[in-house]
Amino acid sequence: MIVEFGHFALLLALAVALVQMVLPALGARTGDANLMRVGEPAALAQLWLLTTAFAALTYAYVTSDFSVENVWANSHTDKPLIYRISGVWGNHEGSMLLWVLILAVFGAAVAIFGANLPWTLRANVLAVQAAIAVAFLVFIVFASNPFTRIPLQPEGRGLNPILQDPALAIHPPLLYAGYVGLSMAFSFAVAALIEGRIDAAWARWVRPWTLAAWIFLTLGIAMGSWWAYYELGWGGWWFWDPVENASFMPWLAATALLHSAVVMEKREALKVWTILLAILAFSLSLIGTFLVRSGVLTSVHAFAVDPRRGVFILMILVVLIGGALALYARRAPYLRQGGLFAPISREGALVLNNVLLTVGCGTVFVGTLYPLALESITGDKISVGPPYFNSTFAPLMVPLLLALPLGPMLAWKRGDVPGALQRLLTAAVLSLLALVVTAALARRGPWLAPFAVALGVWVAAGAVCEWASRIKLFSASVEEALRRAANLPRSAYGGMLAHAGVGVMVIGIAATSAWQSEVVLTMKPGERAEIAGYELTFRDVSPRRGPNYQEQVGLLTVSQGGSAVTELHPSKRTYDAPRQTTSEAGIHAALSGDLYAVLGDEVAGSDGAWVIRLYFNPLVRLIWIGAIIMSLGGLLSLSDRRLRIGAPRRARRRPEAATVPAE
Amino acid sequence: MRILRSLISLAVLLGMLVSPADAVQPDEILKDPALEARARKLSQELRCVVCQNQSIDDSNAPLAHDLRVLVRERLSAGDTDAQVLAYVTARYGDFVLLRPPFKSQTLLLWLAPVLLLVGAIVFLARRRKPTAAEAAEPLSPDEQRRLADIVRAGDPPQQGNPPI
Repeated sequence: MIVEFGHFALLLALAVALVQMVLPALGARTGDANLMRVGEPAALAQLWLLTTAFAALTYAYVTSDFSVENVWANSHTDKPLIYRISGVWGNHEGSMLLWVLILAVFGAAVAIFGANLPWTLRANVLAVQAAIAVAFLVFIVFASNPFTRIPLQPEGRGLNPILQDPALAIHPPLLYAGYVGLSMAFSFAVAALIEGRIDAAWARWVRPWTLAAWIFLTLGIAMGSWWAYYELGWGGWWFWDPVENASFMPWLAATALLHSAVVMEKREALKVWTILLAILAFSLSLIGTFLVRSGVLTSVHAFAVDPRRGVFILMILVVLIGGALALYARRAPYLRQGGLFAPISREGALVLNNVLLTVGCGTVFVGTLYPLALESITGDKISVGPPYFNSTFAPLMVPLLLALPLGPMLAWKRGDVPGALQRLLTAAVLSLLALVVTAALARRGPWLAPFAVALGVWVAAGAVCEWASRIKLFSASVEEALRRAANLPRSAYGGMLAHAGVGVMVIGIAATSAWQSEVVLTMKPGERAEIAGYELTFRDVSPRRGPNYQEQVGLLTVSQGGSAVTELHPSKRTYDAPRQTTSEAGIHAALSGDLYAVLGDEVAGSDGAWVIRLYFNPLVRLIWIGAIIMSLGGLLSLSDRRLRIGAPRRARRRPEAATVPAE
Repeated sequence: MRILRSLISLAVLLGMLVSPADAVQPDEILKDPALEARARKLSQELRCVVCQNQSIDDSNAPLAHDLRVLVRERLSAGDTDAQVLAYVTARYGDFVLLRPPFKSQTLLLWLAPVLLLVGAIVFLARRRKPTAAEAAEPLSPDEQRRLADIVRAGDPPQQGNPPI
């Protein structure tokens, strides 16, 4: 009954979305305020209906209702409650439902916080949001319905064991919130194109949404990478896998969009470009969804086996992206540009940022899709793997990172590089110092690695220098500096913090890529091994029973310089349903890096000898710490009054000034 | 089958493949550390052709094992890195190379970063120029007449916020 109720709510949501797609847009066109007013209640109704549908499906999962095909195929009564809940989105149908639910949350947010938007803009934005919802709801109802009933089954098939992990339970919602959050930038861009008008107020509106989406994407990607690190068991954290790329491309585009929106807001320049980026960022999210959902990644042929879903998503892609780009091609030439600037200026630096990020994004795009395109055109199969991306993407990021600390130090319109460099002297000295020290310490590894570390230090220290220079830390009195520090807007702190996070991450990436050490060996109980100054003794392997799995847990004692440090418990788990094996690494985190142990197979015919893999990953944690710092920077910036999504009082005055067409 | 496929695609969505890392085995490792280091480096350039986007260095598939052993045999026999790659490519085709070779089919792939860079610069440079001229252009008589009409008629309704 509850399931049917959810099913009904889903169908009703589709009907409401259709109304919300047509009427407000019609109202905006004819100037009919009553029609435009339909948008808000419709958006709220959609949120309630989809929440109901999602809650109904969750209920079916929690109560293990195996007369629902989706629950039967992906759940099991033995599963701990948290994984019964996360199982709702741990499958195709449920994850699509989560996708539209998040879309409805964003749509409702426009309805709730959008009181200060010009009416026509708000109506058009809501209509475009609804158009996206219609596309996906039709897809769910007709090609991926999670509420389909089957004859009651005694027991479910169980959730894929790899998804039974806390990080993977929250990774998809984070990523989806990021993907779908970019729909806001898209809807605002399309609405602005429909109206043929765009101004600084538009950028001020789009930025917080993009920022929120960017924070979610950053955390989601970092979470996925962290999971891969501790679960896949060879100490890797990024594999340039097509699916990783599918989430990385929208992130790159969103990062570029955040920066170009600054230029547009402050200087009324780069309007056309910002609109294009807003369209591209969400298009890449859609393409990511398509790549993952259609099965083309497994093989071009997998697409042809069950083409219904693939063709469906492809159609959504063509209509939404094609439509938006066609509208862009028609309307963009009429948008007025403003704010001229010299190449060496804050704007110029942000343009450089945009060029390098979008070209990086395009390179990842080409690398990811080239094998698919080539195979479907010529039938030739090639592989594009990490070596390609490392040798094309990485070189593009070097100038970006080199220029990063300089950008915020330049003045708008016309900047002064020698002056900016002077204020970055401390960062330059620190970076040089890092180069010399790491080069002296590193007895092995690629010669480029110390430069990469120095680059990271340059970026991180550059952010600190920027702060010092903005508050006149050493050039003014202490009171003056403190006063300035207190008055610096939160968005400024946010930007500096995010940039410092980038630097921290670069240091982590450089160190762990260049100086990871590895020992692979067969150990009998009592035997010792050494790695990176640690001495490990293999004790034994013992069986253990988990809630829904059987595992074999190895015990390794770790000592350093004769004193005991810790114990590691790498294990291999075999789940009951479905019967699959996963490996859990034993990790000891220290300041200098992670000691990482993986239990391999028992050597056949030996008395208790096991294959053991040991890794030392220097400074690897800085990668995720850097990502967290970046997200915190984003949050801080988001909390800035000027940018706050509602910002009712002060924003009230703005739309009036903003509705005057840009000169 | 459909369920299995959606599980696989989900697994793929999450950026991974189900494989507890049992890649390089202790008995595969060569005595000579310099040779072993070269073998590891080459292994990272070669795809496990039965896996999804994994190098033979990362994969526990039997085929990956065979290829790792093959690479080490060739290296021990005195082959250069290029000779080993050529040897493996001759048997498995370009598909086995994770760094696609530079040839006519991959021309666009390798030139993509450069082409994109030029394209982005041209796009941004071109977009800025006409603006200055456009902004300075005076209104045509037709536009002035329309402006006068608009001013006389007052603000069109869709320009501002109607009262709630």
